[in-house]
Amino acid sequence: MRNFLDFEKPLAELESKIDELRRMPGPEGLSIADEVSRLSEKADRQLRTLYAKLTPWQKTQVARHPDRPRALAYIAGLITDFMPLGGDRAFAEDAAIVGGLGRFRERPVMVLGTEKGTDTESRIKHNFGSARPEGYRKVRRLMELAGRYHLPILSFIDTSGAYPGIDAEARGQAEAIARSIEAGLAAPVPFVATVIGEGGSGGAIALGAADRVLMLEHSIYSVISPEGCASILWRDAASASVAAEALRLTADDLRRFDLVDAVIPEPLGGAHRAPDVMIASVGDALETALAPLLGQAPEALKARRREKFLAMGREGLS
Amino acid sequence: MSWLTEFVRPKIRTLLGRKDVPENLWHQCPACQQMIFQRDLEANLKVCMHCGHHMRATARERLNWTFDEGAYTLIDMPRVPQDPLRFRDQKRYSDRLKEARDKTKLDDAILVAHGQIGGHKAVVAAMDFNFMAGSMGAAVGEGIVAAARLAVLQKAPFIIYTSSGGARMQEGAISLMQMPRSIIATQMVKEAGLPFLVVLTDPTTGGVTASFAMLGDIQIAEPGALIGFAGARVIEQTVREKLPEGFQRSEYLYEHGIVDMIVNRAEMRATITRLIDMLVPPPAVVTEPPAPPPAANELATV
Ligand SMILES: [Zn+2]
Repeated sequence: MRNFLDFEKPLAELESKIDELRRMPGPEGLSIADEVSRLSEKADRQLRTLYAKLTPWQKTQVARHPDRPRALAYIAGLITDFMPLGGDRAFAEDAAIVGGLGRFRERPVMVLGTEKGTDTESRIKHNFGSARPEGYRKVRRLMELAGRYHLPILSFIDTSGAYPGIDAEARGQAEAIARSIEAGLAAPVPFVATVIGEGGSGGAIALGAADRVLMLEHSIYSVISPEGCASILWRDAASASVAAEALRLTADDLRRFDLVDAVIPEPLGGAHRAPDVMIASVGDALETALAPLLGQAPEALKARRREKFLAMGREGLS
Repeated sequence: MSWLTEFVRPKIRTLLGRKDVPENLWHQCPACQQMIFQRDLEANLKVCMHCGHHMRATARERLNWTFDEGAYTLIDMPRVPQDPLRFRDQKRYSDRLKEARDKTKLDDAILVAHGQIGGHKAVVAAMDFNFMAGSMGAAVGEGIVAAARLAVLQKAPFIIYTSSGGARMQEGAISLMQMPRSIIATQMVKEAGLPFLVVLTDPTTGGVTASFAMLGDIQIAEPGALIGFAGARVIEQTVREKLPEGFQRSEYLYEHGIVDMIVNRAEMRATITRLIDMLVPPPAVVTEPPAPPPAANELATV
């Protein structure tokens, strides 16, 4: 069963009709096939129109789609010989953060990601992609490891944000995030981050202070969730769609403000409709982003990364 | 705030300006409810003399209390784009900015100054909660970067007083990017071998805590300050349990190993001075190359 978003309702009806027709046996097979292809074309057109003008709030829903490929899907599709590494060496292993050694197109790399999970069991295991301090401390540890062994870092960002819990605060959530950002900025190796779904605030930038930051077409990157923003500024979480508009959180917005470096187009109807196609094109985009970084001296790399962030918000904005 | 201060204050302000506060103005301590003479309160650095409660202070007051003789030079803040998102909730962001500027007489939620502390050169940045809850947008981020650059240029330690509700939502992802930007500022200071001291004051939360505010060489907190990443309400909604007594307060952070020390406001200047004394070696030691070993005949003549 496919999950449909609210705004996809008309499409859902069409597609279920198509499924129904397909299952129908009988002598009129030919005319059914005609009807199926007619409806399929119609569904295709509808999908195209729908996705051509998604509102920021609709994009937020696509970015959070339950069937959207998660960090581990990209790792499975793009990284060979993946060896997950665990723990922060101080308190615990945090499965909200996945990370480890692997090969990207033959080259050994360090992979990091926030993992939301794909079903109830794995979502609970990965805490819905919301990490605790030990998760961010693992990020920092693995980034430093990558630096020592000259391994490029690839991160996949998909999180609604850092976990807001008593335990997380007690163990220094804020400090853990700050150190993780710091480690990214200080990494003496090429670092490419990709926002594959939800880029939620501090928990996202913790893996995102990179040389090149890529965003999938329907992913979002925001300082606060539209719901959170709405409940503070509109005093009403139901205004989330208005807040999503105001926050300028789409990939196009981020690109326009020069806060990310490239937008990767998604297959028609979003990444979840053709995960393999999406994953393959992320692979190509990573290759393109990584190539010019590979020959650079560590100091030059760090200096340029710094300059890139320092330039943000300073010019070309209004 | 009591009805008394509410009632008396605006009138007096217009008559006397900010500096001279008449003796007969009362202020109620929000912690112990005792009434305090406004002038006594200010002489006591806005700390309640009955219960020791540290009230919130403005950026100006922080600078006045920190530098030798309260003397310092403010630096002009770099210009940043105003309202790049053309953000509007129930109010326009541009109107909120204007109101905040009128109310506080500040350009944004931070002041940066240089001067001397205990005879040492120092750069101090102070955030002001009265300006849109001390939220960090491009102006605050740029202020911190400018302060760090100044510290490096002057070879001076860098001290930040934090006070912030977090990122400035009205600047969207631009405010989020102030996290790495402000962290770069701390890296510049540390790489230059200069001390970076953070004084966490009430309240410091969100994206400010999760960036430069937690990266001090020394982390100082004022007593009783609210310091944390996530807001109490969000945490309560998520974990569905009652928050522990004193949660996210300075003393809680100290117990959990997150800050080095809790320092009373009255001791702050002296503490910062002692730290700088120990962390910044006298110039001669740093700049002069080691003396060559004396020749044997020189030794003989001594
Ligand atoms: Zn009191």
